[in-house]
Amino acid sequence: MSTIDPVFVEAFLSLALMLLVMVLAVAIVRIRGLFAVVVLLGAYSFVMATLFVVLDAVDVAMTEASVGAGISTVLFLGALYLTDVKEATGTARRIAPLFVAAVTAAVLVWGMSDLPDFGSSAQPIHAVGADYLGRTLPDTGIPNVVTAVLASYRGFDTLGETAVVFTAAIGVLVLLRRRSGERS
Amino acid sequence: MRRDIVLRVAAKFIMAPLILFALYVQFHGDYGPGGGFQAGVIAAAGVILYAIINGLGAAQRLVSMALVERLIPAGVLVYASVGLVSMALGGNFLDYNPLAHDPVHGQEWGVFFVEAGVFLTVFSSMIAIYYAFASRRAS
Repeated sequence: MSTIDPVFVEAFLSLALMLLVMVLAVAIVRIRGLFAVVVLLGAYSFVMATLFVVLDAVDVAMTEASVGAGISTVLFLGALYLTDVKEATGTARRIAPLFVAAVTAAVLVWGMSDLPDFGSSAQPIHAVGADYLGRTLPDTGIPNVVTAVLASYRGFDTLGETAVVFTAAIGVLVLLRRRSGERS
Repeated sequence: MRRDIVLRVAAKFIMAPLILFALYVQFHGDYGPGGGFQAGVIAAAGVILYAIINGLGAAQRLVSMALVERLIPAGVLVYASVGLVSMALGGNFLDYNPLAHDPVHGQEWGVFFVEAGVFLTVFSSMIAIYYAFASRRAS
């Protein structure tokens, strides 16, 4: 019995997962019951996380699973508790939004045709990637290149990202926190 | 939800491994997937699970709002102070090489403290946002 080509398996898995993502996205847009939508959003995040694992981006997959499927679901449920579980049916005309969405999608597909092939060595990112892979261990002693790049080579960026999380938290607290004098 | 025995017992079993896994992700981030951000989110998920099962009051006795509010800026300060310390030791801002006797050890210390800063801010931000949502009543 001949072995299955791993390239074929990866392509098949990616296609199947992307199809699932598409089905979930359409379901999320169509369904009016927001509780079901929140559950579907969690499922969407888990499928995306699996897709990231197939693409060998384990760190991103972990973030997507914990933030997208975990915390976001809880926060959405909290928001549902404060508002309503049924989406209001809009009366606005659908032609103009559909037109905008179609044009944006067409532009994106057109732009995608100009990207280098997936995994090809001609990608700009691969111009420096090999250099980082080679020098991470002697420079930092950290085997995980993602951690080394995030925390050391791009430490300044990550400081900015931490500041963004800080700013977001402060913003939410200022908006949502009940002041001591306010009546509930 | 407070009286549901299945949820309470299941949550009790999940809590400790969840926190342990967060610590693993935090300290093993140098060798495997993960790091401060993911670990912070997972640890916060543990506290949020506790808050969902046992009520907001019980969770706030465990991790109080005042503590969370102090930890959010503390993480950014820890991160930035690593940069300031490396400047004081004669390097550039966030250049970890001067932090220890040789550059590789300096890098490891720098990454350790920087990830700890990220963990503190992400962990406390997630909990703070959940507390802010959960402490409001439906209108």
